[in-house]
Amino acid sequence: MKAFARLLERLAFTAGRNAKLTILSHYLEATPDPDRGWALAALTGTLDLRQVSPSLLRRLAGERVDERLFALSYDFVGDLAETIALIWPAVPAPGPEVSLSQAVGILRETGKLALPAAIAAMLDRLTPPERLAFLKLATGNLRVGVSARLARIALAQTGPRGVEEIEEIWHGLEPPYLPLFAWLSGGARPEPASAAPFRPVMLSTPVTPAELAPLNPADYLAEWKWDGIRVQAVAEGGLRRLYSRTGEEIGAAFPDIIEAMDFEGAVDGELLIRRGTEVAPFADLQRRLGRKTIGRVLLQSHPATLRLYDILTWEGADLRPLPLTERRARLEAARFPRERIDLSPILPFAAWEDITRLRAAPPAPVIEGVMLKRRDTPYIAGRPRGPWFKWKRDPMVIDAVLLYAQSGHGKRSGFYSDFTFGLWDGADLVPVGKAYFGFTDEELRELDRFVRKNTVQRFGPVRQVAPLLVVEVAFEGLNRSGRHRSGIAMRFPRISRIRWDKPAAEADHLETLKAML
Amino acid sequence: MIRPEEIVCPTEAGLYCPPGGFHIDPLRPVPRALITHGHADHARPGHGAVLATRQTLDIMAIRYGEDFTSRRQIADGPLRIGDVTVSFHPAGHVLGSAQILIAPDNGPRVLISGDYCRTPNPTCLPWEPVACDIFITEATFGLPIFRHPDPLAETERLIASMAEFPDRPHLVGAYALGKAQRVIALARAAGHDAPIAIHGALKRLCDYHVEQGIDLGPLVPATDPEEARLILAPPSAFASPWVQRFRDPVLCYASGWMTVRARARQRGIELPLVISDHVDWPQLTATLQDLAPQEVWITHGTEDGLMRWCELQGLPARPLRLVGYEDEPE
Ligand SMILES: [Zn+2]
Ligand SMILES: [Zn+2]
Repeated sequence: MKAFARLLERLAFTAGRNAKLTILSHYLEATPDPDRGWALAALTGTLDLRQVSPSLLRRLAGERVDERLFALSYDFVGDLAETIALIWPAVPAPGPEVSLSQAVGILRETGKLALPAAIAAMLDRLTPPERLAFLKLATGNLRVGVSARLARIALAQTGPRGVEEIEEIWHGLEPPYLPLFAWLSGGARPEPASAAPFRPVMLSTPVTPAELAPLNPADYLAEWKWDGIRVQAVAEGGLRRLYSRTGEEIGAAFPDIIEAMDFEGAVDGELLIRRGTEVAPFADLQRRLGRKTIGRVLLQSHPATLRLYDILTWEGADLRPLPLTERRARLEAARFPRERIDLSPILPFAAWEDITRLRAAPPAPVIEGVMLKRRDTPYIAGRPRGPWFKWKRDPMVIDAVLLYAQSGHGKRSGFYSDFTFGLWDGADLVPVGKAYFGFTDEELRELDRFVRKNTVQRFGPVRQVAPLLVVEVAFEGLNRSGRHRSGIAMRFPRISRIRWDKPAAEADHLETLKAML
Repeated sequence: MIRPEEIVCPTEAGLYCPPGGFHIDPLRPVPRALITHGHADHARPGHGAVLATRQTLDIMAIRYGEDFTSRRQIADGPLRIGDVTVSFHPAGHVLGSAQILIAPDNGPRVLISGDYCRTPNPTCLPWEPVACDIFITEATFGLPIFRHPDPLAETERLIASMAEFPDRPHLVGAYALGKAQRVIALARAAGHDAPIAIHGALKRLCDYHVEQGIDLGPLVPATDPEEARLILAPPSAFASPWVQRFRDPVLCYASGWMTVRARARQRGIELPLVISDHVDWPQLTATLQDLAPQEVWITHGTEDGLMRWCELQGLPARPLRLVGYEDEPE
């Protein structure tokens, strides 16, 4: 449990992706089975543990610690699990180190009635960092900033297998993943135990007109790029599963799709909200995401559909080795219930200028560009450069005023690199978003100098700057948001240009942004 | 017999001893000051006369210049001042740190702890128990959440991180007096023999520790960022452009405050190291039990927690709420 506690602590304080991967892969290499498998499960969210409520934890702490001292401490620390981990009185002879497997075992197997005593007994045996790790497991909230995908990439770094290979079998495996680790160290490949497994998806790379020019348009098929969610719908052997592009199962939130998956095969496409023929904006789809169950009302008001563009298996045959044109023909020959599942149309074009025109004037706002796919390539997992291109529409831009800056981590240590910017609302500047990138290293140095010279107030690592500098912010879209003071959340904002030339008074107004919604 | 309040009382300028006519760790210039240790919030320049340990006087001269006071006197054995006898006793906090005992001829003995620590520390003399009637204690870490781990184990975490990220310089924020030298000594104890780079602000105090016979191993200035793998700097340097010379550093911070994650996060620290030169909660409460004074007065820190503990123990206690001693120089 000590190594797992150290792992969580380091991950929680490490911001850099590469550093996180290093820490994780070292842990996975150094930790024996089955502990590392349980840790992997905890990080990828596949661990099904008995959840402990905050009120139970408070009660347990109350049995050991004076109530007033606890209240003062909680007030100081600000986090319940952390307070309990720190304040829990040490016992004279805690015994040998508890393994992560033992701790997980307690949380998996203890009955509801016996749970409080079991947790207290476990806390007695742990050191403060271990207690925090245990309580994070027990409250189901690790908060270490690691996605399931990142954990699998770290896993891939420990052995000879690529992350796509791991994702291909991932879904059929269960914690503590002994066959998986055996395979990574040279053993036999675990066969996906379950039917309807996930197949790693083929991804596109961005392209510019200059890069397209030397290519032959006749070698490519064109489709719209839909602003939905890339999914893989698999119906095999009586099982139906809907996967995100990283292999997470998301079917529970989309029973309407699952019901319509009346076929035998694996298909690739975009998940969208569609009312009649009209495809709704991404924000509508967001309302259906991340839910464990879905209400009747939302099913009616936000009906989901699949818009397919590829086919991976069909009635027992693996179609991935076939060239795209043949796969497309097989997809068009297949029958789907059309009110829920349709095909993404092929866009006719002869020259790249036709594509430029199409991209400039898409027929619906939910289209975010054009996809170009080589006719003759098989379906290749990962992101090979060449066969599939995405040519996104130009981002939206707005001129905003720099309001706050926060210092960065890792390579940006010592630089103010995380910026909050705002727009005019009458005579006030209202914060509308944050951007961490888009600028060059040289521009970062200039921004850092500006921040230091124009600081008006400091709050810990954050500096408020005089509202003098205008930055052009580029972004991919807007959502309404109750969590933002402006009522709007930007998608993928970045600083595209620093407008040293422009006076702050001439920055854009909030109404301008609202009109872009 | 005189009452304790007549021997020591809190004033605007800090603790004052009327029968001796002196202040202890005064917050503003006074005619006569007794100083427990060299940290800037306890040792300020501009007093008429200063009585302190030889090392504290040296440290004040290094920090403020030789003219930090008009008259200095080394505390060496019991001394008669006015109607009281005063003596200095090791506090285990930083080099030269002392507790000050004030004994009237006929009345309760008052012990002023200054800042103190009971964890072994190679850079200073160990804390010494001193019998007293009134114990005036700090309570920087006066809550039961503060249980400082073994400092060597914390240092081993730093060494492990350096092995895990051999290409990233490790930058440790540590207060210039005491903490920096302690971290260096700990790194040596943990087996780090390579030169350690130090920020310019640490140089003179490190040199002084070496002069006093404390082995810190090879130290180099942190001017060549390419060479140094372990660099020490005062925490304030982290917010300055000085940090920018290091490529992708791991920011570490050695302080008892690193127990609380929000404190580490607030400073943007990647590797918090819980290394403290103050008593933690178990040491603080054990000290009150060991000394068993008739009364406890609390100078500064998170006194509410300690007040409550004293209440539960039936030990009379009162907060002095002296303002001006920061909780940060730790
Ligand atoms: Zn001090
Ligand atoms: Zn102090």
